[in-house]
Amino acid sequence: MLPLLKHEVVTKQNWLTEDELLNYFSIGQCTPGIIAVNIATLCGYKLKKTIGAIVATLAVILPSFICILLIAGTLQHFANHPNIVHILSGIRIGVTALLINVICRLCTQIYQNSSNKLLSGLIFVFALLGLLWLRLSAVFIILSALFVSIVLFMKRCRI
Amino acid sequence: MIYLALFYQFFVIGLLAVGGGAATIPFLFDLQEKYAWFSASDLTNMIALSEASPGPIGVNMATFAGFKTAGILGALSATCGLVLPSLLIIITLSKIVDKVASYKSMHTFLKPIQPAVAALILNATCQIAVISLQNILSLCILGLILLCMRFYKASPIFYITLSGFLGFILKL
Repeated sequence: MLPLLKHEVVTKQNWLTEDELLNYFSIGQCTPGIIAVNIATLCGYKLKKTIGAIVATLAVILPSFICILLIAGTLQHFANHPNIVHILSGIRIGVTALLINVICRLCTQIYQNSSNKLLSGLIFVFALLGLLWLRLSAVFIILSALFVSIVLFMKRCRI
Repeated sequence: MIYLALFYQFFVIGLLAVGGGAATIPFLFDLQEKYAWFSASDLTNMIALSEASPGPIGVNMATFAGFKTAGILGALSATCGLVLPSLLIIITLSKIVDKVASYKSMHTFLKPIQPAVAALILNATCQIAVISLQNILSLCILGLILLCMRFYKASPIFYITLSGFLGFILKL
């Protein structure tokens, strides 16, 4: 996504400098929500404040919205066609592979970047145990991790 | 009101999904368990098609799930719900802080969440694997695609097309 963004926003339209874009990219990754939406909102805000942010957000979701409505609408009528069923079964395997890839990348990234590897490992194991054993919800897990973040942050700032 | 419920649920997802499209998947599995909006295999198909369509996966999945649950208006409620937290948070953040340094501290602040997100995605992947890997043949295809990924880096859409094509010719 980054090369495409760079071409449009930096080279063609001259809205941002390359540094600003890279900066927005990292902000977009660590703020809640979908990364692409966050980056679009940041760009929009930079150019035209709140109105710009709203316009950019709506614009970034519009293609998805139209595409998916078309696909979902068409699929409704052919969902049980044998060929579609075969293709979907295939794609599901592809998605499994992509997700395995995402996890591997995420784990390497966490392992390389974390200053406290033991803590990261413990959070991972506890989250997994909570999910599999206690069947906790994703909301609960994220809120607990957020709580840990806040405690650590306060400890670091000595509040 | 189904639209309000969809809006609210996706608002929560938009608020708590830190770290990209895949981070929204675990929340969708929770939704599927809690409400009878769609089945687990419906959800797996949605994820597959959202991954194969242009646009951010998270947004695609919200639109898809909303449409499946309550038609076009449902899709609208879910998608708006998903992006509203982003919009509010980023506007507020940009208004309050204008320095790069504070974003950096935000990054270190949120670090402990990453392992939890990884665990959530791992759990969701297992759920998807149970649905998609039904026989030896599908396991072989998975191995093949993973090998491909290891030695030949291409965009996700390449692997999606490849696996769809294999599914078609092997009549999975």
